[in-house]
Amino acid sequence: MPVTRIDRRFAALRRENRGGLVVFVTAGDPDPRTSAEILRGLPAAGADFIELGMPFSDPMADGPAIQMSSQRALKGGATMKTTLELVADFRQRDGETPIILMGYYNPVYIFGVDAFLNEAKAAGVDGLIIVDLPPEEENEICLPSRMAGINFIYLTAPTTDEIRLPRVVEKASGFVYYVSITGITGTASARIEDVRKAVERLRRHTDLPIAVGFGIKTPEQAAGVVAVADAAVVGSALVGKVTENLDEDGKARPGLTNAVLGFTAELAKGVRDARLKGAA
Amino acid sequence: MEQLSTYRAGPDDSGRFGIYGGRFVAETLMPLILDVERTYKEARNDAAFAAEMDYYLSTYVGRPSPLFFAERLTRHLGGAKIYFKREDLNHTGAHKINNCIGQGLLARRMGKTRIIAETGAGQHGVATATVCALFDIPCVIYMGSKDIDRQAPNVFRMKMLGAEVKPVTAGSGTLKDSLNEALRDWVANVETTYYLIGTSAGPHPYPAMVRDFQCVIGDEVREQITGAEGRLPDTLVACIGGGSNAIGLFHPFLDEKNVRFVAVEAAGKGIETGRHAASLSAGSPGVLHGNRTYLLQDSDGQIEEAHSISAGLDYPGIGPEHSWLHDTGRVEYVSITDAEALEAFHLCTRLEGIIPALESAHAIAQVGKMAGALGAGNLLVMNLSGRGDKDLDTVARVSGVGP
Ligand SMILES: Cc1ncc(COP(=O)(O)O)c(C=O)c1O
Repeated sequence: MPVTRIDRRFAALRRENRGGLVVFVTAGDPDPRTSAEILRGLPAAGADFIELGMPFSDPMADGPAIQMSSQRALKGGATMKTTLELVADFRQRDGETPIILMGYYNPVYIFGVDAFLNEAKAAGVDGLIIVDLPPEEENEICLPSRMAGINFIYLTAPTTDEIRLPRVVEKASGFVYYVSITGITGTASARIEDVRKAVERLRRHTDLPIAVGFGIKTPEQAAGVVAVADAAVVGSALVGKVTENLDEDGKARPGLTNAVLGFTAELAKGVRDARLKGAA
Repeated sequence: MEQLSTYRAGPDDSGRFGIYGGRFVAETLMPLILDVERTYKEARNDAAFAAEMDYYLSTYVGRPSPLFFAERLTRHLGGAKIYFKREDLNHTGAHKINNCIGQGLLARRMGKTRIIAETGAGQHGVATATVCALFDIPCVIYMGSKDIDRQAPNVFRMKMLGAEVKPVTAGSGTLKDSLNEALRDWVANVETTYYLIGTSAGPHPYPAMVRDFQCVIGDEVREQITGAEGRLPDTLVACIGGGSNAIGLFHPFLDEKNVRFVAVEAAGKGIETGRHAASLSAGSPGVLHGNRTYLLQDSDGQIEEAHSISAGLDYPGIGPEHSWLHDTGRVEYVSITDAEALEAFHLCTRLEGIIPALESAHAIAQVGKMAGALGAGNLLVMNLSGRGDKDLDTVARVSGVGP
């Protein structure tokens, strides 16, 4: 498949000899305007990749933080259409930072797979993570998305054994996402030693870059992860900054965007310093 | 409608009934789901497993459950000859226990040391807690906070049986949300935990496995009705939440060309009000809880809240095999409102001395609607899926019956 912004960004990171920071925010959280503002600010704050959550009423693999963010977005009127518009708005200002849409299959299925891929491509989406589509369901959108030039990113987990792993990475492109804990988002954190071993195991099966997510909450943890993997994904902790900056009515307080971007900058610093320290 | 040569062949290797079913789960769960499938396949071909099932079903559950000629109801309605399949007489009071014995044995075979389940009416929770007590396996039940309020006796029973009941406040606080929480628990505890799904829905192999464990209902009916009447029934009727009691009754008869199937969804306050749980009558295909099936959802693919007076039917989805049977036209899907179900609840109680579960009362109401037109020659078997003890508070409240 053609080279995507994701491929280019990982190549650039390799040249810079540093790991990448992937940040997750939910599209439309806490309201459309603030969400667009956050998105626009993320690259300058140091996000190398943006995972944009497609809100869903029943996020089965997510803990309370992302569940609530999804609900806020839906309450604020988010739909698949507004999510794609958000990406298009971002793309007008930023032609380089990869955007990966992440979520559950039903809203995509109801939008229509072909229509979704066309509009996502046109809006400037580079990758897709659909939590409830394992390789067993690859015909649904994994294979069509490759045809459309969008990377379908597969999740691998601690439970993905040696027999299964080759099948999971076989059709993967862009990067491989390692879910570092058996659990939902925003709960436990893995021990870095376990992450290191898991990434080594993955590298025996794929040459694709490896991003590690679930349970990474601090700049220190993110730094630890990029010492052993190609990128660290931070979601719930960042979304938590949104939650912390809402008023009693659930409306964004003035400092919300800065709080999210400020935390992104701390994470980015952690990630950027990690290899330098490692090299020193 | 084109007739297929068999309606009993599904699912295929990918867990599909037509386009429905499948394995729409996170990668973390996938290896375990495959393991469940493997173990279930082995168990199904293992005579020792079958013998163990039979042992518990007969000595513990009390099977076979009787097939009862509902003579007064038949006379009252003046039409079809009505039989009740008495699943209400099972140990724990509903058909749910059939499946729990089967999956409990499977969990034991897989060496799992902890069982989780979701429950709506609490019947599945009670049946799961019961089997866990029997097999000495720790048990956690997820139950919506709204359901905890309206099915209090069952909450008490589960706790007495040693289960931990975890209230779920997310979403509407009903069955759908309990399923989400159970799935979240499972992802976090895959190594030790078996998820004992209570209806013929979820990722493959659950829909097929739960169906197989519930087919004991239809298999017994075939024998019993042949004994009583010398022939097969003309009409089979059952209520539908996720669809396990209905598929258990129907499946053994699906290839009998002259048998007609009627499945009853909950119309809540009425389909036109939008406050209902009739996924097939008013929903559209989508993907939730591991399978593609008919769902109540909005135009953006967000799942909508269901509504039914009966907690066990209060779910915005349905098992995938029913979606397929619906599309093929082999089974008719109709719906009954809260008010109609309540009326049928009282009618059955007064006429037959049987207090039915509110879920089953939906099937009774449908029988009431159709029996007259069917005529006296028509042999009708209705699945009385459970007893109504758990619903007495709800019924007393809405019907204004004082102590
Ligand atoms: C007595 C009874 N009947 C029916 C149902 C609906 O479930 P299903 O459609 O799986 O039979 C329930 C669910 O809780 C129940 O308790």
